[in-house]
Amino acid sequence: MNQPASAYFLEERHDPNETHTLSVLVQNEPGVLARVIGLFSGRGYNIESLTVSETESQKHLSRITIVTTGTPMVIEQIKHQLDRMIPVYRVVDMTLTGRSIERELAMVKVQGRGDSRVEALRLADAFRARVIDATTESFVFEITGNSTKISQFIDLMRPLGLVEVSRTGVAAIGRGPEGM
Amino acid sequence: MTDKSHDPNQMTGAAMIVRALIDHGVQHIFGYPGGAVLPIYDEIFQQSEVEHILVRHEQGAGHAAEGYARSTGKPGVVLVTSGPGATNMVTPLTDALMDSIPLVCITGQVPTHLIGNDAFQECDTVGITRPCTKHNWLVRDVNDLAKVLHEAFYVATTGRPGPVVVDVPKDVQFAIGTYHPPRKSDVHVSYTPRVKGDAAQIRKAVALLASAKRPVIYSGGGVINSGPEASKLLRELVEVTGFPITSTLMGLGAYPATGKNWLGMLGMHGTYEANMTMHGCDVMLCVGARFDDRITGRTDAFSPGSKKIHIDIDPSSINKNIRVDVPIIGDAANVLGDLLQVFKAEAKRPDIKPWWQEIAKWRARNSLAYKKNNDVILPQYAIERLFAATRGHDTYITTEVGQHQMWAAQFFGFEEPHRWMTSGGLGTMGYGLPAALGVQVAHRDSLVIDIAGDASVQMTMQEMSTAVQFELPIKIFILNNQYMGMVRQWQQLLHGNRLSHSYSEALPDFVKLADAFGCVGLQAIKPGDLDGALKEMISVKRPVLFDCRVAALENCFPMIPSGKAHNEMLLPVEATDEATAAAFAGGKALV
Repeated sequence: MNQPASAYFLEERHDPNETHTLSVLVQNEPGVLARVIGLFSGRGYNIESLTVSETESQKHLSRITIVTTGTPMVIEQIKHQLDRMIPVYRVVDMTLTGRSIERELAMVKVQGRGDSRVEALRLADAFRARVIDATTESFVFEITGNSTKISQFIDLMRPLGLVEVSRTGVAAIGRGPEGM
Repeated sequence: MTDKSHDPNQMTGAAMIVRALIDHGVQHIFGYPGGAVLPIYDEIFQQSEVEHILVRHEQGAGHAAEGYARSTGKPGVVLVTSGPGATNMVTPLTDALMDSIPLVCITGQVPTHLIGNDAFQECDTVGITRPCTKHNWLVRDVNDLAKVLHEAFYVATTGRPGPVVVDVPKDVQFAIGTYHPPRKSDVHVSYTPRVKGDAAQIRKAVALLASAKRPVIYSGGGVINSGPEASKLLRELVEVTGFPITSTLMGLGAYPATGKNWLGMLGMHGTYEANMTMHGCDVMLCVGARFDDRITGRTDAFSPGSKKIHIDIDPSSINKNIRVDVPIIGDAANVLGDLLQVFKAEAKRPDIKPWWQEIAKWRARNSLAYKKNNDVILPQYAIERLFAATRGHDTYITTEVGQHQMWAAQFFGFEEPHRWMTSGGLGTMGYGLPAALGVQVAHRDSLVIDIAGDASVQMTMQEMSTAVQFELPIKIFILNNQYMGMVRQWQQLLHGNRLSHSYSEALPDFVKLADAFGCVGLQAIKPGDLDGALKEMISVKRPVLFDCRVAALENCFPMIPSGKAHNEMLLPVEATDEATAAAFAGGKALV
């Protein structure tokens, strides 16, 4: 193996990347989100989507859902690194458990008149998107589903006068009676 | 006044800090005063249980606390002010995080109402230190202070040890609140480090060890951190199994250098026999080490034929760089104890005579050999003589970072744990001198020597003044080659011998400098001067700066060249210019 002059061993790794959804239960205290995000930027991990909100206010618990990509070894590292943070209670790899539901909500603004406006409304109906705001020349649709469905809907709206989109990021939960 | 004024637990935040230190058995702290910590310094002034060591720069306080911690097993405590006091601590905090050293650093902060206003000497301490601490806290309410301080000590010293920061605004130091002594509920319920290893995994490990034909034990700093019991058990395990053992830089002393199964240090500048044993083994038992890039060399060619057992208290160390077959999460002493018990009860020591014969051949290559010289002092020779001169003394060694550090690791034999303090992970030049201060504070009557380089030592040289003030007779043994030797070595090997800024053209006269600080200056220029000067250095009961002039262009071998594996080491006898150039594939030819 030839490598340029370096005090480090330069290796290329060719393991394929995987996308995983992680649920992280944390103490809701100041700076906890900064710790989690800092871990990702500091160690060079990817964040595809991140959703966070307090879920049990009595116990001051927040649930963070992170969609991340990396080689299997990196994903394993991310989980361990998250788990060893002091305010982190649990890390569950929803992708590995294989029994999880993922949902995202988006609000999609479309502007247009005439045929394209009718077409937008018709497609929204097919995707079970709701109209939550309307003017004579625009709609705001609310759509819920997995990320692929939402992206597909947005792609369809693009030629019909898409103005802007606001997405919440992915929230995930396990199927069945047990909690995380 | 209410009745509360008679409650002995009612006190100011500043008083709580000193009380918490006393409750945690802290006898010494290292620090530097400033505006945002004056109330705490006022409390320190009015008591005598905690001795404060005044340094000359906050970085010195941090490294001194690291030396203190590493040589005692107790947490090192630092007290610094806001803004620059806190930012000067970033290097020692990062150093302590990389080497798993328990530090509790208390920083002053501007009053809470000024936070975020760019006040004088304000900085976002918790933001800046977040990635270089195990955890940190900003305390906004005096009634949270006791809990946070107790939690800080707990987090720093349990699990994988590490540095923590407690940032205390000045108004919180003045405010009166309720103190409570340490109690269990002070700790985050989410923080539960695992101490005991999984029994089934330990059984699997024992089965592997018992079936080994070519085993090796590879131990690291985790064994030292776990405490003396871990080293004792490690020695017993080597005795019971008869396995060869090597160690990382951080783990030296856990197994004695005179022990018959000792292979020497492994890794980039480790011995040939240690690295070849790692490469050729069929079962590897890693205890408290983390497969760092200085250890593994090229990872895809690292010990290719072995089953690997990895004992570590930190789950994130498992499978980070190298995939292992049997991970065991737990404290080194705890797991080693269980493993020994199972091994003795259920396993038989395997016959590994042929393996030892193979190792003997590697040992015979004598990879640490160097050509003797009667005219100039060779650095390797200097360390050998230093080692000889300190035999029979109660000795602690610290180092700076560079060639001298590697030579110290190669040529100084450590018999006991907690005797070797070096900056391994971060590689902080300037670590050794203040670390020696910290060691000497904890061990007043021992011989504490910083093996230094002329470049590193200048980074924290001001702490000689601290040594004089507190009558700490540290010995700074400078291998003076007038270069940043390791930088120069890499430039010679990899950058066409273009020695870009690795030569110090204007070095101070270290002997006169010693005089200026009020300590003792010694010098050795010829090999014949060395023993006498060393004897004097050891007998003087004052701080010493020893200027040991060594061969300027000596390089550190053996060495694993970049991009190479353990079995492709470059040995000193073979390190001719041509061979070196050829070994560094992709590197430029040597001039």
